[in-house]
Amino acid sequence: MTDQKTPQDEALEAAQTQLALDSVRLEGLEIETLTQWQLARRKFFQHKLAMTSLVILVFVFTAAMLADWIAPYGFAQPDVPNRSQPPTFENSHFFGTDKIGRDYFSRTLYGTRTSVYVAFIVAGLSTAIGAVIGGIAGYYGGAVDNILMRITDLFLTIPFLAILLVLSAFLGAGSPLRVAIILGLLFWTGLARIVRGEFLSLREKEFVEAAKVLGASDKRIIFRHILPNTMGPIIVNATLTVAAAILVEAALSFLGFGVQPPFPALGVLIAEGQDSLTTLWWLATFPGLTIVLIALCINFVGDGMRDAFDPKQRVK
Amino acid sequence: MGTFIARRLLYSIPVLVAATMLVFFGMTAVTDPISQIRLIPNVSQSTIDNIIERKHLDEPIIAQYGFWVKDVFVNQFGNTALGDQPIWPDLSRAIGNTLQLVFVSELIAVVLAVFLGVFSAKKQYSFFDYATTTISFFGFSVPIFWFALILQALATAFFLKTGIRLVYTFGQSSFAPENAFLDRIQHMVLPVVTLSYVSIATYSRYQRASMLEVLHSDYVRTARAKGVKERVVTLKHALRNAMIPVVTIAALSFGAVLGGAVITETIFAWPGMGKLFIDALNRGEVFTLMAWLMVTAVAVIFANLIADIVYGWLDPRIRYD
Repeated sequence: MTDQKTPQDEALEAAQTQLALDSVRLEGLEIETLTQWQLARRKFFQHKLAMTSLVILVFVFTAAMLADWIAPYGFAQPDVPNRSQPPTFENSHFFGTDKIGRDYFSRTLYGTRTSVYVAFIVAGLSTAIGAVIGGIAGYYGGAVDNILMRITDLFLTIPFLAILLVLSAFLGAGSPLRVAIILGLLFWTGLARIVRGEFLSLREKEFVEAAKVLGASDKRIIFRHILPNTMGPIIVNATLTVAAAILVEAALSFLGFGVQPPFPALGVLIAEGQDSLTTLWWLATFPGLTIVLIALCINFVGDGMRDAFDPKQRVK
Repeated sequence: MGTFIARRLLYSIPVLVAATMLVFFGMTAVTDPISQIRLIPNVSQSTIDNIIERKHLDEPIIAQYGFWVKDVFVNQFGNTALGDQPIWPDLSRAIGNTLQLVFVSELIAVVLAVFLGVFSAKKQYSFFDYATTTISFFGFSVPIFWFALILQALATAFFLKTGIRLVYTFGQSSFAPENAFLDRIQHMVLPVVTLSYVSIATYSRYQRASMLEVLHSDYVRTARAKGVKERVVTLKHALRNAMIPVVTIAALSFGAVLGGAVITETIFAWPGMGKLFIDALNRGEVFTLMAWLMVTAVAVIFANLIADIVYGWLDPRIRYD
C-alpha cells in the first residue's frame, strides 16, 4: 500500500495544525507564520550589499527622473564663459564642461534618464514576452515546445549584438522608445528558457492536477496557478535584464545605431567625449562611471534577490 | 566517437539551412539592397538597374533566396551590390585577423578564469575570493566600449608622459616595424585585455561555482579519505569534472565574443570582422552583411560541436550511442 494522502487526510492535517496553533495562542505565545514573499523580503533586507545598492539605485533613479528640476543647466545649454572646465564646484560644473561649455553633470543626468527609461521598457516587454512564450512551451510541451525552443536556438547562432545592430540600423532607431522596443523584442529568449524549465516541473505537481479536475481552463492554470510560482526567477531575471539593457543600449548608442542626438543618452555622451579623452578626460569618464555604478548596483540587487528567493538559503 | 561526430555534423545541416533562411528572410524583412543604394546621391538609375539585373532583385523572393544560396556556396558569397566587388577576399582576411584576436583572448580568458575560479573555491570567503568576486562583478557591469576607451586613454597618457612605447592603441601593425612579431603583440595587448576581461568575469564565476559543488561531492571525500594528496584531489579528481560547465559556457559564448569583437575592433581600429561589419552597416551593403552573418552562424554551430566533443573527453560517462 502506498501512503498517498487523500484530500480528507490533508483536510484533517490542516485542521490539526490550526488546532495546535490556536492552543499555542491560547497560552499567550505567538507563532510566526511567514508566506514565501515575506521570507524572501526578510532575507533580502538582511543582504547588506544588495540593500546598499538598492538605496543608491533609488537615489540615482530619482535624481535622473527629476532631471528637469535638479540639473543646473539644460541638456544642450552652453555656459560659454566656462568652456572646457575640469570638474569643479564653481557654477555647479561637477562633471566639467565640454568645448562649447555644455555642463556634463546635467547632460549625464538627462542621459541617465533616457537609459533608465529604455532599460525599464526593455525589461517589462521582454519579461512579458519571455514569460508567455516560456510558459506556453513548458506547459504544452511536445511540438509547441520543440518549435519554440528550436527558434530560440536558431537565434543563438547569430551574435546578439549583430542582430541588434542590423535591426536598429535599418529600422531607423534614434528615438529612445524605438530602441527600447527593438531591444525588448529580442531580449526574451533567456527568460523564456528559464520559465519553460520551471513550467516543465510545476505542471506535474498535484495542485495543477487539482485545478484541472476542478475544470480550470489552460489559460487559468498557466496564469493563475503556475505563473505565480515562477515569480522568483522571473523577477530576478527582469532585474538583471535592466542592467544588461543599459549596457547594450549604451553600446548601440555609442556606435551610432541606438539613441541618437538630439535625444540625450549616456552612450552618445561617451562617443562625443571619445576624441578628447586625453585632454578633456572628464567628458567620457563620468557618463561611463554612471553606467558602471548603475549596472553594478542592479547586479548586486539581482544577486541579493536570487539569494532571497532561494529556499536553500535560510534566514539567519 | 566517429559516428557521434558524423551524426552531429548531419544534424548541423538542417540548422545551417534554417540559418540561411533566418539571415536572408530576416534581412529582406528589414531592408532591401536597393533602397540603401538609392540613398547615395551619385548612383545613376542605370547602375541600379544593373544591380537589379545582376542580383535578380526583380524576381520572386523565393527565387532571390535560391540565387543567394547558390552564390553563397558556388561563388564564395558572390559580389557586393554596389561596385560588384567579390566579398570573400576581404571577409576572409578579416576572419583571419579576428580569429587571431579571439583565439588569444579566449585562451587567456579560459586559463585565467579556471585558475581564479579554482583558487576562489579552494579558499572560499578568503580575501582572494572576495577580490575575484568584486572584479568579476565589475566585469559584468562595465560597458566594454568604455573600458576599451579608458585603456586607450591610459596607454596614450603613459606614452605622452614617458615617451616609452609599451603598447599601441590603434591598428594592427606599424609601418615597416623592426620586429614584426613584437610589433603585432604590442598592437594586440589592449584589444586582447578588453575582450578577455569580460570573458574572465563570466567564466571564473562558473568555474568557482562548479568547483565548489565538486569539492563537496562524495567522490572527492572518498579520494581524500583514502589518502590521496590534496593537490592531486584538486587537480586530477575535482578539476576535471568542474571544468565541464566552463567548457560549455566558453563554447556557447563564442557568438557573444564575436559581438564583443565588433565593439573592440571598432575602437582599436583592428581590421577584423567587427570593423568590416560596422563598415558594411554604414554603407548599407546588405550582401556583405548577410555573408558576415552566415560566417558567424557557421562558426557558432561549429563551436557548439567542439563543445560536445570536448564534453566526451572530459566526462567519459557521457555516451554518444
